Amino acid sequence: MIEVSGVNKTFYLGDSAVHALDNINLRIEQGDYLSVMGPSGSGKSTLLNMLGLLDRPDDGSYCLNGVDTMSLNENERARLRREQIGFVFQSYHLIPRLTARENIELPLMLAGVAAKQRHAEVAVILEKLDIARRAHHLPNQLSGGERQRVAIGRSIVMKPSILLADEPTGNLDTRSGTEVTRILEDLNREGITLLVVTHDNNMGDRARRHVRMLDGAISSDHMHQQQGEADAAG
Amino acid sequence: MRLVDLIRYTILALRRQRFRSVMLLIAVGLGVGAVIVLTALGEGARGYVMGEFAFLGKDTVVMFPGRKETTGGMPPITGSAARAITLEEVEVLGRTIPGLTSLAPMVMGNGPVSFGSRERESIVVGTTAAFFTIRQLQIAQGSALPDLALSEGKSVAVIGQKLKTELFDNRRAIGQWVRLRDYRFRVIGVLAGSGDSFGRDLSEAIFVPVASAQSVFNVHGLFRVMMKVRDNYRVEEVKTAVSERMQELHEGEQDVTVVSPDAMLSTFDDILRALTLGVAGIAAISLVVAGILVMNVTLMSVKQRTAEIGLLKAIGAPAAQVRTLFLTEAALIATAGALLGMLVGRLLVAAGRHLYPSIPFATPAWAMWAGFGLAVGTALVFAWLPAQQAARLEPVDALGRR
Repeated sequence: MIEVSGVNKTFYLGDSAVHALDNINLRIEQGDYLSVMGPSGSGKSTLLNMLGLLDRPDDGSYCLNGVDTMSLNENERARLRREQIGFVFQSYHLIPRLTARENIELPLMLAGVAAKQRHAEVAVILEKLDIARRAHHLPNQLSGGERQRVAIGRSIVMKPSILLADEPTGNLDTRSGTEVTRILEDLNREGITLLVVTHDNNMGDRARRHVRMLDGAISSDHMHQQQGEADAAG
Repeated sequence: MRLVDLIRYTILALRRQRFRSVMLLIAVGLGVGAVIVLTALGEGARGYVMGEFAFLGKDTVVMFPGRKETTGGMPPITGSAARAITLEEVEVLGRTIPGLTSLAPMVMGNGPVSFGSRERESIVVGTTAAFFTIRQLQIAQGSALPDLALSEGKSVAVIGQKLKTELFDNRRAIGQWVRLRDYRFRVIGVLAGSGDSFGRDLSEAIFVPVASAQSVFNVHGLFRVMMKVRDNYRVEEVKTAVSERMQELHEGEQDVTVVSPDAMLSTFDDILRALTLGVAGIAAISLVVAGILVMNVTLMSVKQRTAEIGLLKAIGAPAAQVRTLFLTEAALIATAGALLGMLVGRLLVAAGRHLYPSIPFATPAWAMWAGFGLAVGTALVFAWLPAQQAARLEPVDALGRR
């Protein structure tokens, strides 16, 4: 569960101050499916970074699964990122010299998990994301959709409670994009909290809850029960 | 992160920037190799000089013609003195200084020694029977040089083992006549062993009475005089007595150098050790230069892999882990370079030993480890700054978006 209240973040570009987050209050239940939309510069990426503990708000409070993240030091935040949060990026951020399998293994490797156990866990994920045949390919030998699936594999290998996706289909063609969306929604159905930042109305509309941002503030936030559920089921 | 994974991850990263890695490897290797080769040269020189004098016991005093004003420096090897030391003076010393038991004047030169159709260029030592006692040389066959009056020449010779083999093979040498320049000498003895204490030289030498050698080379002065101090006499006092007597004989001119090898040796030892250290120090500078190279390469690596650093942080790598990654990269390449340098250095030293067997080239253990330690140490020190830079990167900035 995520509880954000009264969070502000200001950047300084030269002399002018940019209010990237303006008094944000947000409560996200475990297993929620949110889309965050808004024009460029509206602060949605900053919100995502803040929720992902990549960025610190200037003030306010942010509790993640009962932990007050404002009081944590950098190492503790890194640990929380590792254990609770998965990131999916628009540009995948795969390490080019590692194979698909090794990229997925990376968080386990950093955490010091033994190779044998890593292998077993990654095998399950490869199977689940239907990229087992591509396990030994390097990222530049994979299609965009496959790369994003590898990146998703990497984001869930530590079994996080939240998945933060920043324009996950932004670099993909429609077919691959649909496939990636389906995978993310499947994961959400299994219980992971899914937060998608997107420009794409089609994708944004699929979420159960729509958050819109404008000039660093949340301009609308409402629940939506519509065809997202029906589509994915069918 | 497990060590195996850390090393594997680093090797993958190094392989990706192969050219840079190889250049760095070579730079570090050169530095370590230089330390190893240069200290081996220094140690070789020291060993060579020490070996030259090591045969002389503690109770020996050596006199050279010529004088260096500063004490403790190198005594002149070649007799360039205004006045030579003569056999008569040696006789006077032996008669008048009670602390001396035996005196071995020496005349040295090179000359062709032949038997039948075989000829060898060899070292010629003109000396007396006392020489064999002072040098503790063993005779394998026949006898040493006879006890003659100093000024008395005689056509007899003792030859070294190697020279004997080269001239006579397995045939009997005793009683044969060999030719040295225009003189003929009858072989009366063959030295035992290869003359270990003096390198290989003595086994290739021919020994003749000192007066005969003076005729052969047409010289008057002596190359050096070795003197043995009688038991219960102090070497320093005898040295002074010899010095003063020579001064009297040379009309008050102090133009000879009298040293006790013991004191001389320790001086040499000090000088040559300092030389080795100095040379090693110069070589070590190249390692520091390599260290700066390490810093540059690591800096480049950090800049190039900024997005990767951001990603690692996003997926939960703490700052220390990111720093470790880059330090490992530097340490790994420095270790590989150092090992390469050690290998090449040792090969060069072995080659040197093969080419110049008389000079005991050898890298002391401390230089090996100092070279290795310095290489890895400087690499770590110089890589620290860029690695720290990587560790401090804000993940958001590193991922290239805000």
